[in-house]
Amino acid sequence: MTIAEDAAGADAAKDAERVDLSPEVSDEIKYTTCYMCACRCGIKVHLRDGELRYIEGNKNHPVNRGVLCAKGSAGIMQHHSPARLSQPLLRVGERGSGEFKAIEWEEALELAISWLAPIRAEDPRKLAFFTGRDQSQALTGWWASQFGTPNHAAHGGFCSVNMAAAGLYSIGGSFWEFGEPDWEHCRYFMMFGVAEDHDSNPIKTGLAKLKENGAKYVAVNPVRTGYAAIADQWLAVTPGSDGLLVLALVHELLRAGKVDLDYLARYTNAPWLVIEDPGADDDGLFARDGDGNPLCWDSTRNAAVNALEADIAPSLKDRVTLPDGRAGVPVFHLLAERYLDGQYGPDAVADQTGLSAETIRTIAAELAHAAFEEEVVLDIPWTDWAGRRQEQMIGRPVAIHAMRGISAHANGFQTCRSLHLLQMLLGSIDVPGGFRYKPPFPKPAPPGLKPAGKPGDVVPGTPLGGPPLGFPQGPEDLLVEADGGPCRIDHAFSWEAPMSAHGMMHTVIANAHRGDPYPVDTLFMYMANMAWNSSMNTTETMAMLTDKDPDSGEYKIPHIIYADAFYSETVAYADLIFPDTTYLERWDCVSMLDRPISNADGPADAIRQPVLETLRDVRPFQDVLLDLGVRLGLPGLVDDTGAARYPGGYPDYLANHERAPGVGSLAGWRGADGEDHGTGAPNPNQLDRYIENECFWYDELAPEARYFKHGNRAYLDYAVKMGFIGHGDPIVLQLYTEALQRFRLAARGVGELQPPDKHRKRIERFFDPLPIWYPPSAVDGTAAEDYPLHAISQRPAAMYHSWGSQNAWLRQIHTANRLYISEAVAKEQGIEDDGWAYLESRHGRIKAQVRIMAGVNDHTVWTWNAIGKRSGAWNLAADAPEAQKGFLLNHLIEDLLPPDSQNGGGRLANADPITGQAAWFDLRVRISKAPADAAITEPEFKTLPLPPGVRPRPTILRYGARFGEDR
Amino acid sequence: MTSLPKSPSPKRLGLVIDLDTCVGCHACAVNCKEWNTAGYHAPLPDTDPYGKDVDGVWLNRVHGFETTGDTGGNNKDGRTVYFPRSCLHCEDAPCVTVCPTGASYKRTEDGIVLVEEDKCIGCKLCSWACPYGAREFDSDGGVMKKCTLCIDRIYNENLDADERQPACVNACPARARHFGDFNDPNSAVAKLTAARGGVELMPELGLKPTNRYLPPRPAATVGAMADGASLDDAPTTGGGFLGWIDRTLSR
Repeated sequence: MTIAEDAAGADAAKDAERVDLSPEVSDEIKYTTCYMCACRCGIKVHLRDGELRYIEGNKNHPVNRGVLCAKGSAGIMQHHSPARLSQPLLRVGERGSGEFKAIEWEEALELAISWLAPIRAEDPRKLAFFTGRDQSQALTGWWASQFGTPNHAAHGGFCSVNMAAAGLYSIGGSFWEFGEPDWEHCRYFMMFGVAEDHDSNPIKTGLAKLKENGAKYVAVNPVRTGYAAIADQWLAVTPGSDGLLVLALVHELLRAGKVDLDYLARYTNAPWLVIEDPGADDDGLFARDGDGNPLCWDSTRNAAVNALEADIAPSLKDRVTLPDGRAGVPVFHLLAERYLDGQYGPDAVADQTGLSAETIRTIAAELAHAAFEEEVVLDIPWTDWAGRRQEQMIGRPVAIHAMRGISAHANGFQTCRSLHLLQMLLGSIDVPGGFRYKPPFPKPAPPGLKPAGKPGDVVPGTPLGGPPLGFPQGPEDLLVEADGGPCRIDHAFSWEAPMSAHGMMHTVIANAHRGDPYPVDTLFMYMANMAWNSSMNTTETMAMLTDKDPDSGEYKIPHIIYADAFYSETVAYADLIFPDTTYLERWDCVSMLDRPISNADGPADAIRQPVLETLRDVRPFQDVLLDLGVRLGLPGLVDDTGAARYPGGYPDYLANHERAPGVGSLAGWRGADGEDHGTGAPNPNQLDRYIENECFWYDELAPEARYFKHGNRAYLDYAVKMGFIGHGDPIVLQLYTEALQRFRLAARGVGELQPPDKHRKRIERFFDPLPIWYPPSAVDGTAAEDYPLHAISQRPAAMYHSWGSQNAWLRQIHTANRLYISEAVAKEQGIEDDGWAYLESRHGRIKAQVRIMAGVNDHTVWTWNAIGKRSGAWNLAADAPEAQKGFLLNHLIEDLLPPDSQNGGGRLANADPITGQAAWFDLRVRISKAPADAAITEPEFKTLPLPPGVRPRPTILRYGARFGEDR
Repeated sequence: MTSLPKSPSPKRLGLVIDLDTCVGCHACAVNCKEWNTAGYHAPLPDTDPYGKDVDGVWLNRVHGFETTGDTGGNNKDGRTVYFPRSCLHCEDAPCVTVCPTGASYKRTEDGIVLVEEDKCIGCKLCSWACPYGAREFDSDGGVMKKCTLCIDRIYNENLDADERQPACVNACPARARHFGDFNDPNSAVAKLTAARGGVELMPELGLKPTNRYLPPRPAATVGAMADGASLDDAPTTGGGFLGWIDRTLSR
């Protein structure tokens, strides 16, 4: 040893004394499921002396494999938020004043019963029960049915229904969180309109994987942030024009014959024959045989045959004579005819999409190259739906993912269908390298479930007889009165929005306020910030909640009950508050019956278990709902003696409730001995088994069942066994959606159930069974010359779905939001960076501070959503930046469109005409320079006072100090 | 003033940060905050946490900015960059040599730069000396704090072996952060740096930072397709509409 080495050794020894390299981390570890957003990752929670030391990702969990996002890592601050409510509250001041007194739970529950019981006895529709992003619809929807009201939905109509409905009616699955790219094998990936979103951690991990593999990633987004920032190519598409871009790609691929004919013939309805008989009652429907099977033309036998048979030779191209002598034309022929038209050519769409024709042509060429020249072959033998063994799995490695930027437009349903059309033409659905279903999907397209709530379904004192939400397949499935008017308070499943599969929560307050179609008595909401960022037209929504009938002096919406864990803006607008727990204090489930957390390689579900003791006088909302059900004597919640069927509350319900024989909230460890999965008798020890397995259940599919799920015998049999689908028939992907044509035929005067005259034109125009594109202004009528700019919002990665910005750590990342504008817009208006601007829509005006950026479409301005908070809410200081510099675009967005003369002066929701999806990305604005004198955003609202029981906000946080002292 | 180790450390621990895949999600920053507020530097206080002038101690911060023009990587007309920033654990760390008390020191064994709070008098000379802005002053505690590379995780026998990594590395959803010994040519960090042309920040200062940043990869291409490529019309072999469908298909 040299002297120097000796000295180094001595120094190292000295260093070692200066730091404890192996401190104790925790004295207890509990696993549970994160709830800081909709991603629902597995988390490993470290506790010391019963307090939170550290939350990390669970490396064994199928969703996140150990990683954790900013929100999940800030769970400690969410749990310790001073905005937590601590006891039930009863309004004592005027509604909206925020003046409450604390009451006991018994009083709170009995007060609710005093409102709810008479409604149920007289007219259950007078309860409107709407929940937010709670992800417990398997329970809340069932509870609403038991109560007997059809007026139930959750946040989906605001958020994702265009994706869900377009997907489920087309391919029996969906982007959203119900499918994912084959990150491992994909060679070309296009992502449309996704900032931070559902499936957020898997997307981040997947993008890294793609880049490692050298696959090309194209981001289609008006804004270059987050995921789009790392794309190989960024397409700054003009908002609302994505569908036109996609159909131009379809045009190019068809022109070049670059489509997967074998896939189309085998797995889609491309060969199905459509009746061509203008004026006939069945024009545009599928030609069928006597048993109702669709027909196609067998080019070998030269005859119309059952299109569902195996080993036939379907023709995709020839117009033929049907057995009844009429003309029939294959779906593929119809679509080729349509999209080969010059109106879909790249030159024709360039201006509207904001992209050059050359760029569109090159993207199409690249798609074709990746799909057909770089095909992926996996040497995994499998058996197709008809029992034919295949030696390999051969895939077209082109994947697409899409979400918010497609969904939140009035053309979102048809745009999303266009995306699925493109995928089907490329043969890239559930193949190696393509888009993959996550079980329990695929389901039949569409699923067979129909909404309950027709006039005869609603009977006082009686359950509804079915779920309130479903998938209408024609006029006979609508919920309409004899005069064609809506049955539901939100007008879902009416002629206004026939395929509104997630309901239309965004219309409830406006409709209840105007009594359209009838007044309600009680509005009951959970985790839905409808007096702030979860409403369009926020300013007037607040006014509707406080408006009184001038004659009676009573509120137009007589009773409002709200459940929330935090002092959100909406609390001030309720009469009775049920304070909820945080996600670390309660049992919960992520159910296959609602929104599971499966990945493409297998189904998964999960639970939450309480990891912390509840020290406030609050109760988990799910327990409260069960308690109310027992007090009301709802049939599913009480036994024959009237006693609680689930006396152990929500965990008892989770383990023991059966929706159908053998089907319950959780799929894992069913049966008395816990050996059954998917279906099976209730297992009293089921929750213990989940806890032993780190609070999740995941069943990895056999390799032979992992692709071609829609036509894979092993998968289809598995899915039947697990209870995901009713039968093992293959799922035929629908390029042409017949249900749309049924509505359209009704609008043309076919059948007994026809739309009121005022709706005929809209239905004729928008309900095209093949995807179409129309500008959002075709629905909302905004004049582009008056409002030349698009205005959209995005949720930042560190905040998305994180239930408010009261979180002390996350709010340091996004304390206030700016209005982002391009240099071109800034120059034209003379607005400087950091300057202030007015943004004006047809509906209102806001004032905000500007940031100039390069990475934005020239005709678009944007901001981060839901950073702005109302002064006083969330227990933030009255002058917090969220209130003074933060703002919402929502004030500018109409909830109802202006009265329409064609509509008899009526007002329709600002929504997709097919699904009722809130069209909050269709906002058109103009911008002008504003004085900076006040340097405060507008509109401003009165500061809300703090309710009783909310602890004072600390002036300094030293979280973790006591753990450090133990060192 | 404080001395650096007399000879280079046998291990050179540090991070590789991949600017090709960082989407600016702040997962690393918040998980760092969460671990370290109850770890070696407990607490990392937040002042006015629910008020107007909220501020806090963060040992890792993510900055976002835009570049214009061709700066390499994907888009020739500029790019949005997310740039995570924390201590780079320099070999010639000026923050150590300026320390009047010996509180700042560089570990002989692995090169990690630490602050021993008991010896720190809060004079802030180190933060003035650091050209990377990597130090964080805790005004509440009156002491300087900084990235420790999770010194209380990476050797911690109370953690599973695969968890002995800095919190930011374990949390990163985009797998854009890697930890290891740059002196070991077989380590992931050394290999990534070699393969992807990892760079040190501001090398002209001569401080020999340990951490490396991987620049954006060249944009991926499909086949050998040139800009402006487009598809040819389908050959109409069969004649008529959709004449290119000239073979019998089977279901």
